[in-house]
Amino acid sequence: MSVIYLDHLSGTPLHPKVKEAMIQHINTIFGNPVSDHRLGRQAAQALEEARQQVADLINAEPKEIVFESCGTESVNHAIKGVAIGLREKGRRIITTNIEHKSVLNSLRTLRLLDYQVTSLDVDSYGLVDPAQVEKAITPDTILISVMLANNEIGTIEPIADIARIARKHKVVMHTDAVDAVGIIPVDVKGLGVDLLSLAANQFYGPPGVGALYVRKGTPVWPLLDGGVQENRRRAGTENLIGIVGLGVAAEMARLEMAERLPRLKALRDRLKEGLLARIPEIVINGHPEYHLPHLLSVSIKYVEGESLMLMLDDEDIAVATRSACASGSLRASHVLIATGLDFATAQGTLLFSLGRDTTEEHIDRVLEVLPPIVENLRAMSPLYRKEHAV
Amino acid sequence: MYSEIVMDHFRNPRNVGELPDADGVGEVGNPMCGDIMNVYIKVQDNRIADIRFKTFGCGAAIAVSSMITEMAKGKTLDEAMKISNKDVAEALGGLPQNKLHCSNLGADALHAAIKNYLDRKAGKVPDLEKEREEHLAGKGGEACYCPYCSREMAEEAPFCLFCGAEISHEHDH
Repeated sequence: MSVIYLDHLSGTPLHPKVKEAMIQHINTIFGNPVSDHRLGRQAAQALEEARQQVADLINAEPKEIVFESCGTESVNHAIKGVAIGLREKGRRIITTNIEHKSVLNSLRTLRLLDYQVTSLDVDSYGLVDPAQVEKAITPDTILISVMLANNEIGTIEPIADIARIARKHKVVMHTDAVDAVGIIPVDVKGLGVDLLSLAANQFYGPPGVGALYVRKGTPVWPLLDGGVQENRRRAGTENLIGIVGLGVAAEMARLEMAERLPRLKALRDRLKEGLLARIPEIVINGHPEYHLPHLLSVSIKYVEGESLMLMLDDEDIAVATRSACASGSLRASHVLIATGLDFATAQGTLLFSLGRDTTEEHIDRVLEVLPPIVENLRAMSPLYRKEHAV
Repeated sequence: MYSEIVMDHFRNPRNVGELPDADGVGEVGNPMCGDIMNVYIKVQDNRIADIRFKTFGCGAAIAVSSMITEMAKGKTLDEAMKISNKDVAEALGGLPQNKLHCSNLGADALHAAIKNYLDRKAGKVPDLEKEREEHLAGKGGEACYCPYCSREMAEEAPFCLFCGAEISHEHDH
């Protein structure tokens, strides 16, 4: 039996059209886009076509797209680029307690360089309050970075409201949209952000390629210094094969989104309702309405996430976990703790992320095998006995 | 990432459950860092005649629990007290670096159960529930703070976010 893959957040399989375009590219183009000869021009044309495709997906101008080596580089570039670009203006950056590690750790580095960080709390759904953002703005604030959709609980943040506040106070606004772009409609003009990060491997493009949207006039210093590539904003020879893949993935996402969205929503609902009906004492994390359509985070009380994940793996079902033990980190997910979940419950979290190839049969298989696994592990759990003593 | 022996003990854990008339009970662990282990022993002629466990934890924690009960069964109390964390990890064919603290939990729980038995025999009646609560409050706090500047750490980072000090990844609890 083939594996039921419900870990699309960790990476998506290539869309057949993406694979086709990348192979075609490998077979025909090897020039460097900076070269002035015919082969160079061919490569440059492929690069600019991909740029147009990415711009079209998020309603940007092609000139506003900078290709990067992944979502993490895009986030690093945005945050550190603005910190360097605006170092004379101020040194305070506002963010939230539930950001991806690429944001968290970029800010950790900037703290060492005497930047100050204000990190805002979220409510129990993981929502950031725009009023709190406005309150946190000081005269020396140079950047606000809030994710568009959270990668652990799926909550979609009020980015347009926050960007309006940023604009009013003349603060640069970045959003980490890695888990949203290509999944839900994202319109940079509608959102009003200055910077937006995206990655191809979240929407059926290849790993190792991403992009940063830079609204015209935003002061972002390069992260990689060198030559003239990407209009001097990101030096280094482009990963053209990957970029071609990103371009086609963006185009397919734009064309197929209207069909993908209702399918994913229905499958997620089926999984959510099925789990709630079959397993007592579970918590569905994230906002009940403002959430990603393909992600379901479930905390199962009295058991630990890695054990659940390994037992599902034995049943050929691939899911992610956000428990401390599985990720090798000491503590439970900082996102789940930020929403107010207790440590023991946060440890028992499974993260299902669905995709184009997910079917109702896949969901039903999970609903069939997971309840006895939970029962088995709960029978072994001292926490379960304690709570259910007669 | 786990050895075949670990996966075998995880999939088919030995000696799961409780002993209602246990002579000694050991409870160690901390949900903050992921594991809680209970060990129950029945003692006859100074030997561990029967042993059971209950564990909340990752694959390694469950495998360690299962293995330590197998290793301790039939041993004299002295022999059982000598089973070390390292012995358990070795018997399991090794554990990933970041899971070594799980093997500590196994030996600690066994030793706590033996100590509990000896205490009871000596006429002391320790309040297990109280001990457990104190354990949770104490160790959890220490484990997740930067050892250099004492600020709370969000993650097991290579550097502390606040003071920039390098953090060792060895689990020493």
